[in-house]
Amino acid sequence: MTADPPVLIRDLNFAYDRRPVLTGINMTIPRGAVVAIMGLSGCGKTTTLRLIGGQLKPTSGEVRVAGQVVHELDDAGLYALRRRMGMLFQFGALFTDLSVFDNVAFQLREHTDLPEDMIHDLVLMKLNAVGLRGAHRLMPSELSGGMARRVALARAIALDPLLIMYDEPFAGLDPISLSIIGELIRKLNDALGISSIVVTHDIQESLKIVDYVYFMADGKVVAEGTPEDIRNSREPFVHQFIWGEPDGPVNFHYPARPYGEELMEQPSRPRPWWT
Amino acid sequence: MKATDLLRRLGHFVTDRLWRLGFASRFLMMTVLYSGTALRRLHLTIREVYFTGVLSLIIILVSGLFVGMVLGLQGYDTLQRYGSSEALGVLVALSLVRELGPVVAALLFASRAGSAITAEIGLMKATEQLSAMEMMAVNPIARVIAPRFWAGVVSMPLLAALFSAMGIFGGYLVGVQLIGVDAGSFWSQMQAAVDFRQDIMNGVIKSVVFGAIISWIAVFEGYDAEPTAEGVSGATTRTVVTSSLAILAADFVLTAFMFRGE
Amino acid sequence: MNRAAIDLWVGIFVALGLGALLFLALKAGNLTATDVGETYALQARFDNIGGLKVRAPVKSAGVVVGRVGEIRFDTETYTALVGLNIDKRYRFPRDTFATINTSGLLGEQYVGFEPGGDSEMLKPGDMVKKTQSAMVLEKLISQFMFNKASEDDSSKK
Repeated sequence: MTADPPVLIRDLNFAYDRRPVLTGINMTIPRGAVVAIMGLSGCGKTTTLRLIGGQLKPTSGEVRVAGQVVHELDDAGLYALRRRMGMLFQFGALFTDLSVFDNVAFQLREHTDLPEDMIHDLVLMKLNAVGLRGAHRLMPSELSGGMARRVALARAIALDPLLIMYDEPFAGLDPISLSIIGELIRKLNDALGISSIVVTHDIQESLKIVDYVYFMADGKVVAEGTPEDIRNSREPFVHQFIWGEPDGPVNFHYPARPYGEELMEQPSRPRPWWT
Repeated sequence: MKATDLLRRLGHFVTDRLWRLGFASRFLMMTVLYSGTALRRLHLTIREVYFTGVLSLIIILVSGLFVGMVLGLQGYDTLQRYGSSEALGVLVALSLVRELGPVVAALLFASRAGSAITAEIGLMKATEQLSAMEMMAVNPIARVIAPRFWAGVVSMPLLAALFSAMGIFGGYLVGVQLIGVDAGSFWSQMQAAVDFRQDIMNGVIKSVVFGAIISWIAVFEGYDAEPTAEGVSGATTRTVVTSSLAILAADFVLTAFMFRGE
Repeated sequence: MNRAAIDLWVGIFVALGLGALLFLALKAGNLTATDVGETYALQARFDNIGGLKVRAPVKSAGVVVGRVGEIRFDTETYTALVGLNIDKRYRFPRDTFATINTSGLLGEQYVGFEPGGDSEMLKPGDMVKKTQSAMVLEKLISQFMFNKASEDDSSKK
């Protein structure tokens, strides 16, 4: 068991209604590493996370988590496996009807028979790790975006998982919150001795903290390597992505007919009557 | 539009509806199957009874009172033409207990509590709370859906009974206190004509069925909602429209079964 | 809103709802009056039961003493066979007269018992011998018209 890497993806294919989303993905997430999956919106990053979490079933290929093939598990096995994974959703996905404390305590209460005073200590410990012990009485609606994500992070580590997945942890944060989250991801990973997968398109922040990067485009892994490799990559797509160039392999223009041709013809669509 | 095109659209429409009905049925089955948590940890369900039942109390009580008062006025107006205004109690009680209580209370419940359930579950889906719960190895159907479903099933008959009782009181106020129908014959004729099994229990059965229908539609529409603002608002509207139609249709079927051959 | 407050409100709600049901059952319905407890069965034959229904009351001197249990059509005599469930507390003489009456002009129909003078009582399962059918309004009216017409005829002569 110990020899198995936390996550191993082999020849993974996935399609929604015969529309291929992922083709031939191979990835390894070693123990103790923070791995980033980068790419444009809609390139299949989040789908990959859902396949690892067993929320979707692959069309072919397999995902192994801790040596177990995820899509071959039954419900009980899958749920047992999920207790060993934490996941941070894009906007935290805190339960809006529970307080910060109860959010973090949620899994402890659902999955363990620990006495309430022990849960109390554990929750405050987790909240302290993300610097929000003082906020445990607040409701999620009273938190800022960055704080909500830190609470969600405390909730994700409540059961001491062996793997944490982050879905766009940097989206929509101010620069300070952003670097706080970035630092937390690294710090928690090293302190708990776990592995992390960060799905993101925030290059600058993530290149600072990760050990390895997979670049995805159109459902394929197009480049991989350490942050240093990626920065120096000559691959045109990676180059455009890293340096944020508006035009390159990824076109500025949505596919269209030649401009002149389109200007010459009469407008084929009448003006909507309600405008 | 070409005829074949129309036909294809119709076909798509029908298969889509059937597919949804099948999914909804499977969903109901799973809800019932995973009800263990909702029953074992009763406070989960009690909390939802608060949100569906207790918060619907005001609208149910006030509407019941007014419906009963209107019945008193209208019923008296009609009955006194035949010189049988003492039968006002019978008319008010039978209309409420058999039909208006269960049906009107269910319609109000669908728009008050059903829409709220759909919106809440839809928002939980849109903000990925349901996904998060699944990733925390907690089944959202057991933890979120089933308690709300059972709360609706429990609340509905109580609300319908309150509606009927309030309506009878309203009819009494107008008929006896305002118009001056004899109080003794108002109550005694009512008691002679309203049968416990035939009328009251059938009314209760109706409201239990309506409660199950509304809760089923509400939780399903919420769970199935597109995870966007438009998706959730559309699902909320669909809950009210679909459950209102379903209540009236089910009422016809149940009435045909219950009061046939009399 | 904490858990105790929610529990309290839900408790109030459930109590109110059950109270309303009880009110309907006792005050609006006839739960107290109907189920007369232990009963015994009698039978009666009628030529015409009019609009008599199952569970209609059986009354003697205006007091409810039982309920109609079943109504069948007897193909041998071509009459209606009515089963009556009578309260155990009440006994009736063998020559009791069973009629089908209407409460008020348009009210519901019930079975009326007029006790005779026989010293022997009806036993469970017995047949009530003397019966009178429901009054059918059309028959009454035609009878009335017929009599009137014949009266007029005789007065002319």
